[in-house]
Amino acid sequence: MNTAVRLSSLILICLVAVSCGRQGGSSASADKPFVPKPEKNDNVLRLGNGDEPQALDPHLVAGVMEQNILMSLLEGLTIEDPKTLQPLPGAAERWEISPDETVYTFHLRENGKWSNGDPVTAEDFRFSFERLLSPNLAAEYAYMLHIIKNAKAFNEGRIKNFDEVGVKVKGERTLEITLEAPTAYFLAVQSHFCFFPVHKATILKYGRIDQRDTDWTKPGNFVGNGAFQLVDWKVNEVIRVRPNPHYWDAATVKLSGIEFYPVKQAETEERMFRGGQLDCTSTLPLPKLDTYKKEYPHLLRSDPYLATGYYLFNVTKKPFDDVRVRRAFALTVNRQLICDRILKGGQMPAFFLTPPDTAGFTSRAALTGSLHEARKLLAEAGYPGGQGFPDVELLYNTSENHRIIAEAIQQMWHRDLGVRVSLVNQEWKAYMDTRRKLGFGLCRAGWTADYNDPMTFLDLFVTDGGNNNTGWSSPAYDQAIAEARRTSGSTRLEAFQKAEAILAAELPILTLYHYRTVDLVHPRVQGWYPNQLDHHPYKFVSLKAD
Amino acid sequence: MLKFILRRLFFEALPTLFVIATLTFFMVRLAPGGPFSREKQVSAEVQRRLDAYYGLDKPLVVQYGRYLANVARGDLGPSFKHATESVNSLIARAFPVSLELGLWALLFAIVTGIGAGIVASLRPNTWTDAGPMTLAMAGICLPSFVLGPLLLLLFGLTLGWVNVAGWNTAGDRILPAITLGAGYAAYLARLTRAGMRDILSQDFIRTARAKGLSPTRVILVHALKGGLLPSVSFLGPAVAGLITGTFVVESIFQIPGLGQIIVNAAFNRDYFLILGAVVFIGFVMIVMNLLVDVAQALMNPRLRLGE
Repeated sequence: MNTAVRLSSLILICLVAVSCGRQGGSSASADKPFVPKPEKNDNVLRLGNGDEPQALDPHLVAGVMEQNILMSLLEGLTIEDPKTLQPLPGAAERWEISPDETVYTFHLRENGKWSNGDPVTAEDFRFSFERLLSPNLAAEYAYMLHIIKNAKAFNEGRIKNFDEVGVKVKGERTLEITLEAPTAYFLAVQSHFCFFPVHKATILKYGRIDQRDTDWTKPGNFVGNGAFQLVDWKVNEVIRVRPNPHYWDAATVKLSGIEFYPVKQAETEERMFRGGQLDCTSTLPLPKLDTYKKEYPHLLRSDPYLATGYYLFNVTKKPFDDVRVRRAFALTVNRQLICDRILKGGQMPAFFLTPPDTAGFTSRAALTGSLHEARKLLAEAGYPGGQGFPDVELLYNTSENHRIIAEAIQQMWHRDLGVRVSLVNQEWKAYMDTRRKLGFGLCRAGWTADYNDPMTFLDLFVTDGGNNNTGWSSPAYDQAIAEARRTSGSTRLEAFQKAEAILAAELPILTLYHYRTVDLVHPRVQGWYPNQLDHHPYKFVSLKAD
Repeated sequence: MLKFILRRLFFEALPTLFVIATLTFFMVRLAPGGPFSREKQVSAEVQRRLDAYYGLDKPLVVQYGRYLANVARGDLGPSFKHATESVNSLIARAFPVSLELGLWALLFAIVTGIGAGIVASLRPNTWTDAGPMTLAMAGICLPSFVLGPLLLLLFGLTLGWVNVAGWNTAGDRILPAITLGAGYAAYLARLTRAGMRDILSQDFIRTARAKGLSPTRVILVHALKGGLLPSVSFLGPAVAGLITGTFVVESIFQIPGLGQIIVNAAFNRDYFLILGAVVFIGFVMIVMNLLVDVAQALMNPRLRLGE
């Protein structure tokens, strides 16, 4: 019996070893670099999209994966240049801006059509903005439109009549939008899903203007004005789109279709890429990064991305109510080490909040100082060598990467400052709850740009801002942001510089690193240009035939 | 028998479902965070309107009463995460997928597990016993998150015989079914072997052999019925577990089943979806257990107490 059991165990182990060994061998011994063989050659782009979208209604969603799908189905007044993200004519073929930069007059193109053949009208856009701002729709992204005159008051129910909002139909194809104040990014933000139009007749066919749970986004019902139209939507399986024959620029569209796969597990996504089932992934598991860098660099893509990771200080409680302690903690973190040894994807150490070159803005103020200074500051604050330092907790949401980074930083503080920080991880919703209630000493956070402008980062930390979550408040900072809101050009950029300088001096947050996208892209995908928002307008994308 | 089934349904199944629904309803509300707590915080006004839209602004007891009334009508409510879907439609789409996967896995488990168990029981302590039993031990020890990727590595990526993920072609069923069924097959093999050993040593088998019946007939007709009893009582809850979705296997193979739905619903605080899925799975469990009791009563005369 014993011998038999041992022998069969041995056979089993050998089988497993052989199956693993062959995989490694096939990649190393190949003459040509390994390229996954696409499962089908039908000119359809297959994308890993991270998760199931919340909905396909642009007024009900709030995420990156919805943006990825909706930008194929719908088109705003402008679209993005695939390389530079500069606004290009979209549903509007041209526009005029008033001298005081508060009135935009858009002229929609004559051949602009919905996927059912109806013309795209100024009324469709007015209706869409009214819908998003309708209080009863309770759209989470309605605040993005608050830059339009009286939009906020209408959204909050203080104005009942939408005619008082700065959106006017001046002709069948002429739309006039009046803003509260000059807004430099107004044209660029038109390619965000919350500014996308919806087809008025379709919305009203399936429900009221402010009804959330209607069937208008189901395949067969969905009417869009984008380069593609919805064919199939299988929850948790796939969303398929194919070219919209009525699209005004249909001649530019080269793909025969796109399939979006909601693959949550990064490991599964990577296997699907290797097996030829996906052309692009939405991410890459960190442990695989080294292998791809060494053996398959031609498949790996890492591009700068407008997002910053940071830790929040709870400034309402000891010990982080003291700016000297915050500064000591911030100076002690070796950001380069975290980028090089842990993240390894080319991320940049962050010494200020807004990623460098966000719409041409780079902060002049930056955190500088030495370890010696950090120790001195901590001693001045009453904790020489970490003595008497109270118990503090660093809160992070459950994630392998966040854990490793937190452990490294915990060690840096312990070694260089002599303080002990305990780590607490909570799953996402519990973490958000604790974070909003300021139930932490330090807390991991990150922010991804909604649009290509410093405002999307810097207005986070205004007094009582919904995502401030530090308890920190500075009248000078609020003033700088308010100034940036009503000015333009270099005055506006100077206001942002002021805001960054205040952040660097008062440190309500400890900036860690500026993100990069790290994902896999098949070499046959053409027109997939690196850009800071990781947006890839699909009409410019094509697949190279074998 | 009919009386037995009706009694079980009305006096045991319904109260059990009621308790499950009630406990789940209040427990999910105790979890921190809510369906709309996201990184980008919504204004208090938007939050208030969202709560009003979904009736979350009412006192908890009122919400509970409303929920029970809706469930009694067969309406499991809306989903928060899937803004345009109802819980009924999500379960209606995901359950057939899990059911199919579960049935394939069950088929694999029964054929290989019971087959191996019978073979092993015939000549104890020889190669034909140790071989299958070692594999069975490996099957019990190897978790699906190890077995699944290993099988994929070999048959999906290296040999290229099957797709790496998805649920479209017939070939897409093979590896998930094996991954999911392997552990069950292993238990079945061990239970069948034990059950068969027990039966094969009893007097009525010796009698059958003495009568001059062929060995095949003795095993398949006389021994198997009793030898499978331990396996059958294991199969009841096992089948329910197999067909109501499994998060790990569904994630590895990207299968749109019930397992992914319920785990993600818990993370999303999708109250009605969690509740709907729990009540539904509870219902399936109860039905499966009832079926097992019926099957056992049919197979074992000693259990037919009521008659």
